Amino acid sequence: MGILNSPGLTKSNPAIADLESGDSGVPELCSNPPQGESASNSLKQDGSADDSQSDDKKIETSTRAEHSEKASPNGGAETTDAEILAAAQSGNHAAFAQLYSLHKRRVYSLCLRMLGNVAEAEDLTQESFLQLHRKIATFRGDSAFSTWLHRLTINVVLMHLRRKGLNLISLDEALDPSPETGPTRSFGAPDLRLTGSIDRMTLEKAVESLPAGYRLIFVLHDIEGYEHNEIATLLDCSIGNSKSQLHKARMKLREALRAPAVEEMAK
Amino acid sequence: MTEPQELKLDRKHAARDFADSDCAEFQANMPERIGAGEDLQTDPHMLTCERCRSLVRELEYIVEVARQLMPAEEEPRDELWANIQLAIERGDA
Repeated sequence: MGILNSPGLTKSNPAIADLESGDSGVPELCSNPPQGESASNSLKQDGSADDSQSDDKKIETSTRAEHSEKASPNGGAETTDAEILAAAQSGNHAAFAQLYSLHKRRVYSLCLRMLGNVAEAEDLTQESFLQLHRKIATFRGDSAFSTWLHRLTINVVLMHLRRKGLNLISLDEALDPSPETGPTRSFGAPDLRLTGSIDRMTLEKAVESLPAGYRLIFVLHDIEGYEHNEIATLLDCSIGNSKSQLHKARMKLREALRAPAVEEMAK
Repeated sequence: MTEPQELKLDRKHAARDFADSDCAEFQANMPERIGAGEDLQTDPHMLTCERCRSLVRELEYIVEVARQLMPAEEEPRDELWANIQLAIERGDA
């Protein structure tokens, strides 16, 4: 399998390893009761604070509470991820703050990559964590929590994009805004590999400039490591469509990346 | 007797069109073949066509670089947690 066919991050991303093991991790399918019932709720499921709790268990305002004794939801010296999760599931807001601290970068970065816009990425990071707060009790631990949250975030972004207009026409059309042209002609332009001209900023700009559908497929397959069958399910399109749109996305990216390289060569 | 200029041009165009049709066919099948995990490096067309070889090489390079550079995680603004907390307190969650 060449690099063009292998999904990104499969080996380095434990979340993806869970996906490969067959656990879909789709939040909507997780309806079992929460794990780890705890009597130490500091915040009810409806978000209202429980005054009977001690001060240190009330709403945690600090987001720098990772694994510290101070921020431990159970007041213990050591708190494992599982304990934090269990406490958050039972409504402990300090534990939820810890979950936010632990996962905010991943969720925000995913939103940013999929949307290519800081303001929208922040809005949807917020929406993802609000939805997490609503649904956390339904997480039953069939997959890793990070996998589950990752999928929840993707669903939030996809819903947002559909609301923005991708649902007005078929997704296939939305993903394929330009008709096929003839074979590519690249003589005269520098070979990107040889010039070594791609830095992170250039690449991010090029990915941001992709049409939403192309960007989605590229990010999901090449960065996040989703397989074509998973993308087809997520985006409600055919596997063949996912493959061809990924190819078009890469071609479009190549086009965008070649432009600065050609300019550089002309100087 | 020398060949008329138009005929020379026609032959040149015909040769280019023939090469184009090979490239077009190769490139049209690329998404499905790549998606199926096929190794395009061994395709006979790749051995003879610098244009398509260069295309595949560049696509591979883009994916490789994207995988190295893009997963870097970024920090959201500190205010975001305050907004989330406020929304939870309001009962939006």
